Amino acid sequence: MLAKRIIPCLDVKDGRNVRGVRFSADRDAGDPVELASRYDREGADELVFYDITASADGRAIVMDLVRQVSEQVFIPLTVGGGIRTFEDVRAILKGSADKVSINSAAVRDPEIVNRSAESFGSQCIVGAIDALRRPPADGNGPSWEIYVDGGRTATGIDALEWVTELVERGAGELVLNSIDADGTRDGYDLALNQAVARRVGVPIVASGGAGTLEHIHEVLTEGQASAALAASIFHFEVYTIPQVKEYLAERGVTVRHYET
Amino acid sequence: MIAIADYGMGNLRSVEKAFQFLGHEAAIVEDPALARHATHLVLPGDAAFGDAMRNLRASGWDQAIADHLRGGRPFLGICVGLQLMFAASEEMGHHTGLELFAGRCRRFPASERVPQIGWNQISIQRQCPLLEGVEEGSFFYFVHSYYVDAEEESESVATTEYGLEYTSIASRGNLFGVQFHPEKSQRAGLRLLANFAAFQ
Repeated sequence: MLAKRIIPCLDVKDGRNVRGVRFSADRDAGDPVELASRYDREGADELVFYDITASADGRAIVMDLVRQVSEQVFIPLTVGGGIRTFEDVRAILKGSADKVSINSAAVRDPEIVNRSAESFGSQCIVGAIDALRRPPADGNGPSWEIYVDGGRTATGIDALEWVTELVERGAGELVLNSIDADGTRDGYDLALNQAVARRVGVPIVASGGAGTLEHIHEVLTEGQASAALAASIFHFEVYTIPQVKEYLAERGVTVRHYET
Repeated sequence: MIAIADYGMGNLRSVEKAFQFLGHEAAIVEDPALARHATHLVLPGDAAFGDAMRNLRASGWDQAIADHLRGGRPFLGICVGLQLMFAASEEMGHHTGLELFAGRCRRFPASERVPQIGWNQISIQRQCPLLEGVEEGSFFYFVHSYYVDAEEESESVATTEYGLEYTSIASRGNLFGVQFHPEKSQRAGLRLLANFAAFQ
């Protein structure tokens, strides 16, 4: 059976791991290389490095971290944050990353998704979205709007239409960041995951809002996500990865156990 | 020396790093002529079957592989590298492969999320030097939209379930192919690569 994945996300700024609430990053949460090897030992299924400085210097630092981690850690590594051009995608994949997560750049220039998927394969192109819930309208189900620039700029684009387009253009996987839920530890946006899962056939990674073990369980079952991404609950050791996996296994969810 | 064929496709560095981590001499080789002295040859691959096959032929790697195999030396295909070892693929039209194994590549049924991405288990069907010390039910990291439909049961060493049961490890003599990424599969994957490197 294909296991549900647990993916710790490292938000990297100036070579440190930081984590904030609702997209503002300020709290120092440790040395990323150390954290990455801890997660590897604990049985993380993948790792995501998110470059939140999104500058040339920031990118160089992140790529250096990924290179260091990849010497010792043999699980898939994804790099995201601040990708602007096709050349950025190429450079990241030529480095030691296995996947690239494209977010705002895809909104500005959707062809970057086609070009990247055609050149490197859909399997390494992750379409990431930052979605904010719209105020409820009469007679309609919930809806979300796509934001760019780390959640700062509204685009007017409907999230469900956008994810469909991302997949048509070649994204092999989607990461759904809920701006409402990010860093709150109040739970993932289940309705967002369900709505996207109904729209597209590729795997979905839920992101933003993990606070309890039950939040992770519900997004992987009711929410129909294939994987759950979380940051602060792991960085601050609220839960360890084995704790999460044990909780899921007890409830009949297939997970990969790993013992070092 | 373990040569990793660079024919313009896929993340080769992680394969090289995994062998080096295990203490083996491994190198990414772009010029097929330089693979002549390799003890072991690895064919990775991430991209579409048709593009990969075209690149193999254009760069002369198809001939280098044939030469390598004539010498009875060990060969390992990874992911699309495994798929290329089969006769044909229906991925975006019809393509002929290296025809080292009988069978073809087919797309996963639409009942499943495609691509399959993540850790799935192998069910061992028969003994194979690659699986020395690898437990039944071990998890490996998979990323693929097409699977191989092997015709020779004796060549299907392990299977995996995703909407259907398919061959995830194929082998015959010095030929080995794995659908998953052993270089991204932590301890079980490293063990499998170590077994390949030890195969003479």
